[in-house]
Amino acid sequence: MKTFKIGGVHPAENKLSASSPIREAALPKQAIFSMFQHIGAPAKPVVQKGDEVKVGTLLAEAGGFVSAPIHSSVSGKVTKVDVALDASGTRRTAIYVDVVGDEWEESIDRSSTLIELSDRPDLDSKTIVEKIKNAGIVGMGGATFPCHVKLSPPPGSKAECVIINAVECEPYLTADHRLMLEHPEEILVGLQLIMKAVDVKKGYIGIENNKPDAIALMTEKAKGYEGIEVVPLKVKYPQGGEKQLIDAVIGRQVPAPPAIPINVGAVVQNVGTAFAIYQAVMKNKPLIDRIITVTGKSVKQPSNLLARLGTPFQQLIDECGGLPEDTGKIIGGGPMMGKALLNLDIPMTKGSSGLLIMNDMEARRVEPQPCIRCAKCVSACPMGLEPYLLSKMSAKEDWEGAEKNDVVSCIECGSCQFTCPSNRPLLDMIRVGKSTVMGIIRSRAAK
Amino acid sequence: MMKPIISLSPHVHGGDSVQKNMYGVCIALVPALLASLWYFGLGAAIVLATSVLSCVFFEWAITKFLLKRPACTICDGSAILTGLLLGFNLPSNLPIWLIIIGALVAIGIGKMTFGGLGQNPFNPALVGRVFLLISFPVQMTTWSDNLHDSIDGCSGATPLSLMQKAILEKDPSILNDLPSSLEMLYGQTEGSLGEVSALLLLLGCAFMLWRKIITWHIPVSILGTVAIFSGIMHIVNPIYAMPHVVLMSGGLILGACFMATDYVTSPMTGKGQLIYGVCIGLLTVIIRNWGAYPEGMSFAILIMNAFTPLINTYCKPERFGEVIRKEEKK
Amino acid sequence: MNVILIAVLVLGLIGLASAVILFVVSHKFAVHEDPRIAQVGEVLPQANCGGCGYPGCSGFAAACVKAADEGSLEGKLCPVGGQPVMEQVASILGMSVELGAPKVAVVRCNGTCENRPRLAQFDGAKSCRVQQMTGMGETGCGYGCLGCGDCVSKCQFDALQMNPETGLPEVNEEKCTACGACSKACPRGIIEIRLKGPKGRRVVVLCNNKDKGAIANKACKASCIGCGKCVKTCEKFEAITLENNLAYIDAEKCKMCRKCEEACPKGAIHGFNFPPKKEKPATAEQQVEQNV
Repeated sequence: MKTFKIGGVHPAENKLSASSPIREAALPKQAIFSMFQHIGAPAKPVVQKGDEVKVGTLLAEAGGFVSAPIHSSVSGKVTKVDVALDASGTRRTAIYVDVVGDEWEESIDRSSTLIELSDRPDLDSKTIVEKIKNAGIVGMGGATFPCHVKLSPPPGSKAECVIINAVECEPYLTADHRLMLEHPEEILVGLQLIMKAVDVKKGYIGIENNKPDAIALMTEKAKGYEGIEVVPLKVKYPQGGEKQLIDAVIGRQVPAPPAIPINVGAVVQNVGTAFAIYQAVMKNKPLIDRIITVTGKSVKQPSNLLARLGTPFQQLIDECGGLPEDTGKIIGGGPMMGKALLNLDIPMTKGSSGLLIMNDMEARRVEPQPCIRCAKCVSACPMGLEPYLLSKMSAKEDWEGAEKNDVVSCIECGSCQFTCPSNRPLLDMIRVGKSTVMGIIRSRAAK
Repeated sequence: MMKPIISLSPHVHGGDSVQKNMYGVCIALVPALLASLWYFGLGAAIVLATSVLSCVFFEWAITKFLLKRPACTICDGSAILTGLLLGFNLPSNLPIWLIIIGALVAIGIGKMTFGGLGQNPFNPALVGRVFLLISFPVQMTTWSDNLHDSIDGCSGATPLSLMQKAILEKDPSILNDLPSSLEMLYGQTEGSLGEVSALLLLLGCAFMLWRKIITWHIPVSILGTVAIFSGIMHIVNPIYAMPHVVLMSGGLILGACFMATDYVTSPMTGKGQLIYGVCIGLLTVIIRNWGAYPEGMSFAILIMNAFTPLINTYCKPERFGEVIRKEEKK
Repeated sequence: MNVILIAVLVLGLIGLASAVILFVVSHKFAVHEDPRIAQVGEVLPQANCGGCGYPGCSGFAAACVKAADEGSLEGKLCPVGGQPVMEQVASILGMSVELGAPKVAVVRCNGTCENRPRLAQFDGAKSCRVQQMTGMGETGCGYGCLGCGDCVSKCQFDALQMNPETGLPEVNEEKCTACGACSKACPRGIIEIRLKGPKGRRVVVLCNNKDKGAIANKACKASCIGCGKCVKTCEKFEAITLENNLAYIDAEKCKMCRKCEEACPKGAIHGFNFPPKKEKPATAEQQVEQNV
C-alpha cells in the first residue's frame, strides 16, 4: 500500500466520533465573523452597523488576490464591526450579527437533489473558478488557503492531476470521514468540477486505510465517474500534509520552497473543499457552514456537527453534552496541529475542522529532559530535516545556521516533538527559528 | 474549568521517554548478565553490583554537590546503564577499589564534566574501561577461570590473545587452540563479564531492535565490516584468525550492539551511522591485529566517538524533494 | 659527541627552515588593517553586546575609524562605556565627540500578577517568543509582559531580574548600560531605552496596551485606557501624545511636573526616583474649590 517515503509517526487514532452521523447544529444567538478566516489579505467589511442581512449575504469582500470574501451564515442585523478574539489568540476585526429567524438569499438552491456535471454543459473553466472565488471558498483542511488561487495556475505551469485529500491523518477528527460516507456523489462531482477548472483528466482521492468503509463506498461510487481513482493509503501521520500526500499518491516530491505543488503537476484540495465547491457551483451556495468534529475523551457525545460559520464554540460544545468538568485544554483543530484556544467565546471559522477538549491530565506536557541525541526526531521528520539541530540553533539564535539547514522547509507537523523521548519542546523553538528566518529572507528580498 | 492550558501544537506526545529507552537497554542486557553470573558466579555479581552502585552514587553526588542542580538525574537510568556496561567490560576478579575508580572516571570525567546526560562526546563506560585498561593493564587482563580448569588464571588465555600470539609468532597452528565456534556462541569462559556469550548478546540486540530502541545501521555495519575485513585477511594470510571467530571473540558483539549504539555519542543519520560503523569495524580489526592491545573495540569506538560531530556536520538526512532538486541541476 | 652534534644540527636546521617559512607566509598573507582599529578596540569594553548596533566591539571599532575618516563620529555611541569611553575613542581618532544624555531601560508594563489576572496557563518552552506565538498569552492583554524572561537572559550586565512576586522584570539602574539587548529581545517591544533624566528622575507611562479602553480596562488594573486626561493636563508642554489608545510621554519635553501622574485614573503613569511627597497644606484656592 502506498504512503510517503520519509519519516512519519503513528499517533493513537482516537476517532471517537467516527460512527456518529452528521447532525445540524442549532443557530447561534449571535454570530461573529472574523475577517481573518483565510491565509492572505484580510477581507474588507462591506456592511455597517444596523444593516439587515440574510443567509448568504456578502459581509466582506476579498482584500486582494490571495484573499476570500465572507458571507453571512445567519439572517439578522449587524450589531457592530469591532474586534473579536479569534482562534489565533489575538483580537482582530470581526463583524457581529444578531440572529433573527433563518431567512436565506433566494439565489441559493436548498434542495438536496444531486446535480451532475453533465446536467450543466454551460459550465466552463472560467465560470467555475469565478463562482468558487465569489463563494469565498478556502482550503477546508485547516490551512485555509483561498481555493481559487490554487485553481489559477501561474503561467507556464500546467496541472496534470487533481488529488483530493481525504486522508484525515489528524487523530480524533472524523469530519471528512463522515462527509465521505454521507455525501459521496457530491464530493465526486466537486472533484469533477475542480478537474474541469484546471483542465485535467485524472483525479485521485487519497484515503487512509483506517477508513475502510469510506474507501469501499467511494471506490464503488467512483466507478460512475471517468478518470477518478480512489487510492487507499497506509496510515501514517502527516499524510494529510500537501507535500506528503502528493508523494504518497503520485510518487513525486515537491522541492523546497518557493516551489509549490503545481510545479510537479498536482493540485491538491481537501475533501471538504470539494464538497463546498459542489455546493457553490451547482447550488449557488457560498461557504457559510461546514462540518466540524466536536470530540474529546471526556466529552459526553463526541459528534460531527454541520454548523454555521461564526457560531461560538461554546454553543457547539453545549450541543455535545457541555464542557466537561476536567477540561484542561481546548483545541481548535486536531491534537497534532490544532491551536489551543483561550476560551469558548471564539467563533468557528472556515478552517475549523474540529473542536477537541482534552482533560487536564492529558493536556499537560511532561517536564523536558536534556536531549540524548537519540536521532528519533531525525527519523520521524517527514521533510528530512534535523529537528534537534534546528531547535538548538533557534534557541541559540543562530539564524544563519538554521537557514542553511532548511528551517523554512519545516511544515510544523509536530512529528519531532511527538516522538521525542526527552519531551523537548522542539517545534516550539523551531517555529521561532522559522518565523525569524522567513523574516530575514523577506527583508533580504525587499532590498 | 478554571484556566485553560495554552501551548503551541502538537498537543499530544507519543509517550516515549528517556527512562523507557535506558531501561530497555538494561533489559536487553539481562540474558547476558545472567549468563555471566552463571559462568563467573559471585565474582560477577560483586563486580556488577559495585559498578552500578558506584556509578549511581557518583552521578547523584556530582549532580547534588558539585553541579548543585535541583533535579535528580539518577532516575533516568543512564547511570545504571553506564554502570552495567562498565561492569560488563571488566574481568570478574577485579579488585573492588579499581571498579570504584573506573566508575568515578566513567561518570565523573566521561560524563559529568561535559554537563551530564546528552553532553558527553565519549561513551562514559568506555572512558572508564579504557582508563582502567591503560592504568592497570595487569589487573585488567587477568581473567579468572572459575568454571573450567584451563591454564592458570594468568593473562594470555583468551581467544583474542591467542589470535594476537598467532600473528606475532607467525604460526597459524596456535589458532587451533581457540575454543570451538559453538562454544563461543553460547558461552566462552575467559574474558570480561560481557564477553561470555555471543548468542545472548545478540538476543538482547534483537530485543532492542524490536523495541525500536536502536536501528540496525550501527550493529550491522560494524559486524559486517569486521566479518568482511577479517575474512579477507584470513584468506590472504592464515595467521589471521577466521572471521567467525573474530566476530564472536572479545567484546565485539557487546561493543557493536550496546556500546557503539549509545545515543549520545553516535551519529544522527542512517548514512552517518553506517560510516561510523564501518570505520569502527576497520579500526577494531586493525588494532586487534597490529596494535599493542589484544582488544581494539573500545579504542575503535572512542576514536569514532570523536569523529561523530564531524560526521553529523557532513551527513545530512535526505531532504524532502532533494531527488528532484538534484535532477534539475543535471 | 657525534650524536649530540647531529641532533643540534638537525633541530637547528628544522628551526631555521620553519622560521623562514613562517616569515615568508606572514609577509605574503599579511592582512593590512588600520592600526587605529586595534587601538580603538582596546579602549572598548569588549562585552560584544551589540548595543552600539554593530556585531561586536571590533565591528564598532572599525565603524568608528571609518566614520572618523569621513569626518564625524556623530551617532556612534558605545552605550556600555558611555561618555568616558567615547572620549577616549575620539582622542585616539583625533576627533571631538558630543554625547547625548545617559539612557536606561524602562519596562513599560505594570501588569503584575495582582493587576492583571491570569486567564490561562502557558505550557511550553520557557520563552517569550514562543508564548507570543500562542497569541495573547496567559493574560487578557495582548501587549503586556509575557514573563518568561527573554530580556533577562539577554542582559549581559546582570541588570535585569525577574521579580517572582510581580512576574515582571526589574531594571537595576546602576548596572544598566542601555545597550538595548533586552529591548530587542522582547517580542512585544515593551522595554524602551529612555533618557535617564536629571538625577535619574523621569515620568513614564507604564503600559503598552493599544486596545480600546474597555478591553484594556478589563485586562489589567494598571492599563492605559487612552482616556486622554494626561494629554489635557500637559497641554502647556505638549509632552504627552495619544496614539492607538495609548499615551506616551516624550522624555525630552517632559518637565517632571507629575501632574499627569495625578490625573491618570488608572495609575498607569509613574514617576521614578522622585523624593517622597510632602503633604502640603491645601491652599486657599483649593479649599474654595473643595467647598464648591
